[in-house]
Amino acid sequence: MAQMKFLCDAERCIECNGCVTACKNANETEWGIQRRRVVTLDDGKPSEVSISVACMHCDDAPCMAVCPTECFYKTDDGIVLHDKDICIGCGYCLYACPFGAPQFPQQGAFGERGKMDKCTFCAGGPAESPEEEYEKYGANRISEGKLPLCAEMCSTKALLAGDAETVSDIFRQRVVYRGHEDGAWSPVDKASHPDTSANLTTSSVTHQADSLAYDAARKG
Amino acid sequence: MRAHFTTSRLLVVIMFLSLMVASLWLAPHAMAADPSAEIGQAVGTVDADTWRQVKDGDNSIDSRHDSNYNLINQSGETWRQIRNRWISPGGLIALGGMLAVLAIFYLLVGRNDLDHPRSGKLMLRWTALERAMHWTLATLFLILAITGINLLWGKFVFRNIFGDVFWANMIMATKLAHNYLGPLFSIMLILVLAKWLSLNLPKKHDFEWFRQGGGMIKGKHPDAGFANGGEKAWYWILASVGLVVIVSGLVMDFPIFGQTRDVMQWTNAFHGIASLILIAVSFGHIYIGTAGTEGALEGMKTGYVDETWAKQHHNLWYDEVKQAEAADPQSDPATAPDDALARQQRPN
Repeated sequence: MAQMKFLCDAERCIECNGCVTACKNANETEWGIQRRRVVTLDDGKPSEVSISVACMHCDDAPCMAVCPTECFYKTDDGIVLHDKDICIGCGYCLYACPFGAPQFPQQGAFGERGKMDKCTFCAGGPAESPEEEYEKYGANRISEGKLPLCAEMCSTKALLAGDAETVSDIFRQRVVYRGHEDGAWSPVDKASHPDTSANLTTSSVTHQADSLAYDAARKG
Repeated sequence: MRAHFTTSRLLVVIMFLSLMVASLWLAPHAMAADPSAEIGQAVGTVDADTWRQVKDGDNSIDSRHDSNYNLINQSGETWRQIRNRWISPGGLIALGGMLAVLAIFYLLVGRNDLDHPRSGKLMLRWTALERAMHWTLATLFLILAITGINLLWGKFVFRNIFGDVFWANMIMATKLAHNYLGPLFSIMLILVLAKWLSLNLPKKHDFEWFRQGGGMIKGKHPDAGFANGGEKAWYWILASVGLVVIVSGLVMDFPIFGQTRDVMQWTNAFHGIASLILIAVSFGHIYIGTAGTEGALEGMKTGYVDETWAKQHHNLWYDEVKQAEAADPQSDPATAPDDALARQQRPN
């Protein structure tokens, strides 16, 4: 089966928050719940960079590992989902999550957390009927053969969603055709590379594609 | 009409041709990117400083309305490892080990019986108020310990046995009981600690008591006042580790004061370690108070202990009570079980 992944191309993200809005609209999440967020580093400086983050559907998901109720499960597509009927709102998944994905409606007394809510990769969750599923988890676009709405609506196609291999192939291709070595995440000092065009023969492009592919695989 | 048609066709041709020319000129720029130009516009180099920002959240803004999160929560994995790799198995070893040690001790040494026959004369040891406080605290402690253990290890047992629906209700009830009874336990523990502070101040003979192993091996009965060294140790464990448990518990119980994720992680780790220590030691307390010592449970059940028991386990207290009685022969502890008298009978 496929291994579903999100990938946000920071080079393309323009911090429009379209993904955030699309997600909110597709899933009609509760007041105060925003499954996707856009983080901007160095806002307003020349080095400004933005990236859209939500649940990354980890292979070795920390939320699953620490949940005292074992309400999490992984679908055949590698999507991490959870059962809100079993969730007790303890907050452990939030403590463990690297991406701040789990959120809790706080409407109970003394700030007691409600049932956890997070990105489902638009794959819904366990429920008796489609109506109940939508009510609890939001859209199940995967069952309709569609990708998550955040990625589908991304205006610059910075946010990619889909099978990990396809997504990383698209990204790798972009990096190669951008024609510079630090297009991905490799720490190359710009100043020391004033002009790399001389080296960009066809063979060197191929060679670079290979090394970048290696680089992407190595650095995640 | 015909002239107009020709003109418009010509226009289309011109537009098409100009597009062709334009694309020829644009082609090198659009198709094969100019690397040096690209580098000039590219996202900044990812250096150590960038990763520090990703980790610490400095100079970063987040579009989530109330977010105080950094981009990547690095401490989450640390907490996960501490909880799942150390606290969870460590707690199992601590609790299981304690039970095993007590079982072996019971089998090898057996109950600490009274050396002499009961005198039939009773001494007031715990007033009704003290017993009520003790059993309230004990009940809350047991419920919190059982629910806490269920939160840590229950998922490995009950869901497989009873299925999803039972497990969902069980774990929800567990969380509610743990969260709502926790503050009550905190208040009770503080009250009990305050009430019994004066009885548990360490004395010189307590160290001697420990040196002699508390008389756990039969035949030895080191000096002990109203509270012996072991009871005082349990008191001070409750006053230290117990305080860690209730403070960390309250921090987690009321997540409305802006506690950060990192604070919650550390609090949770401390809460787990401290409460597992407390539960392990409580096994010892429960053993000594029930199966381990003849006549100990009577004191907390009825409030009175036999004079033989008092002489054997708390000789200094016994002596003091007897001296007080000699000084005031009117008082008879067996018929006047009130708090004022109880205070009078005590060394402090």
